[in-house]
Amino acid sequence: MIPALLAATFEPPSTTDFVYGCLGPGFRLLGFTFCFNFIILLLTLTTLIVVGLFYFAFRSPTVVPGKLQMLMELGVGFVRENVAVPMLGPAGDKYLPLLASFFFFILIGNLFEVMPGFSFSANSRVAIPLVLALISWVTYNAVGIRKHGFLGYLKHTCIIDAAPGWLRYSLLMLIEFVSNIIVRPITLTVRLAANFLAGHFLLAIFFLGTVFFLENGPKTWILAAVSFPLGVVLVGFEIFVAALQAFIFAILTASYIGQAMAEEH
Amino acid sequence: MVQLIAQATDVSSGLATIGKGLVIGLAAIGPGIGLGILIGKSVEAMARQPEYAGQVRTTMFIGIGLIEALALFGIAFSFII
Repeated sequence: MIPALLAATFEPPSTTDFVYGCLGPGFRLLGFTFCFNFIILLLTLTTLIVVGLFYFAFRSPTVVPGKLQMLMELGVGFVRENVAVPMLGPAGDKYLPLLASFFFFILIGNLFEVMPGFSFSANSRVAIPLVLALISWVTYNAVGIRKHGFLGYLKHTCIIDAAPGWLRYSLLMLIEFVSNIIVRPITLTVRLAANFLAGHFLLAIFFLGTVFFLENGPKTWILAAVSFPLGVVLVGFEIFVAALQAFIFAILTASYIGQAMAEEH
Repeated sequence: MVQLIAQATDVSSGLATIGKGLVIGLAAIGPGIGLGILIGKSVEAMARQPEYAGQVRTTMFIGIGLIEALALFGIAFSFII
């Protein structure tokens, strides 16, 4: 019955929606084209907004905070109380700038997903989360190496003292090495990128579907009445996911740093 | 006969489409069960010890992040097929 209703053809969103052409002149290097495109525009806007928020909020901090300062103090305080201090303890304040930068950069970048006129998050392209994850990877490894020395850090991170000896130095050591050193940046990357890939698809399906149902004629208007409210609900869900992913990225980075600098047990 | 052969050459793309659907569906089973257990237990813990609700919620969100990555791997890899 449904195919009979759908006289016109519906083009579902595909991965080609994530590819944007150049907005300006570019140059070729090592087989890749470098130019200013929509994603770089989004990144630039995100950076400007984050830097602007911090600059104008904390340019001349007052004891009785103004509106913007109060908002940003709330945000930084949230990262401190919920991410830095529970995971890192007294050392949390040292890493608070990194964690707060991660949180706000990812949050603002993610919110472009639901911003009218943009409707696209730069974080759904795998390159941007990859760079963020590499910053996190370099940081927690550097913290561990500085604390324990290179071999000491490898021993600290790969060997579980509680395991029986024959497992400790063979299978478990390998598993721990792969999961702690190799897989962690990959999961950080894929978690963020795939969340916004899937979110973009969801929103695109529901809103393109609504447009299609409306254009298809009065027979399918009843379906549009279902798909449009669901799409609006999903926009709310995406805002929640945007905040949740920023929080998870910051808290996982904090927990990796905390594990790297933990004392021998 | 020609039509049949033409249809047979289309089979591989059809199978790939079925595969994509299967990957997403199968990848969602495990994380679905995991999230159910995780969130259920967390609610139980919060109800038993409301004073530790904040700590439990933080840990729960870390767990959600770790588990849901598995389902999202499925979505990401389904586009590679």
